[in-house]
Amino acid sequence: MTGVNVWLLGIVLVLSLAAAVWTVVMIVRDQSPPGDAYFGLLGALMLVLAVQVVTGLVSLGVSDRVVEKVTFAAYDVTALLVLPVGAALALVERSRWGTTVLLVALLTVAAMELRLWALWNPHA
Amino acid sequence: MRDLKSGPGRVLVAVYGVFAVAATGRSLVQLGLEPGKAPLAYSLSLLAAIVYLVATTCLLLGGDRARLVAIVSCAVEAVGVLVVGVLSYTETQLFPDKTVWSHFGQGYGFLPLVLPFLGLLWLLRGDHARERATR
Repeated sequence: MTGVNVWLLGIVLVLSLAAAVWTVVMIVRDQSPPGDAYFGLLGALMLVLAVQVVTGLVSLGVSDRVVEKVTFAAYDVTALLVLPVGAALALVERSRWGTTVLLVALLTVAAMELRLWALWNPHA
Repeated sequence: MRDLKSGPGRVLVAVYGVFAVAATGRSLVQLGLEPGKAPLAYSLSLLAAIVYLVATTCLLLGGDRARLVAIVSCAVEAVGVLVVGVLSYTETQLFPDKTVWSHFGQGYGFLPLVLPFLGLLWLLRGDHARERATR
């Protein structure tokens, strides 16, 4: 099992970037708060992130690869927590700015995914 | 009481929150695992973490005193990222390992360079709004 499964990573990146585009459209149209379909997409994204936490931590345990383990585990787990916090802020602030928080959250997830990849492949 | 966290402030709270977590995590890992490796860089990481935590908290609290503290935090941040940014290029021997502010925050998409100025813009913009309100 690979620590950062390239397919999982790809799915997370595609979903978060798709959601980011959707978020930009909502910001431009000044739609807030986001509807159920949007939160459904975030839910799907979180499901993939949850799978990633499990596979990431398990392979961190069994792999003898030289990885900054603490940092890797921290990124792996924190990536799952970003979206719920962002969604909570977006529901409190029901304006364009609240929706912008979701954009920040999604881009944070995408950036953390790239960092996870770099941590798992330090010399790639 | 002046509200610093609504509207655009909510986005600032989110970004500052991300950096508070990132910088705190980074400095805890650095100081926890190998404190002796790069004392200056790690102390600066810790300073950055504290500044981000203070700024985030003050934005959430609101009010005049919190706003003042937040302005100071943003100023410290601006100076920090500029000084560390320059030093990390010119005095490389001081920085065997990276901080959030190294190379002007390159590892974080240069956001650490932009963030303090966005923060100051938001915190000082409130003045004009208040002047209009009291006029």
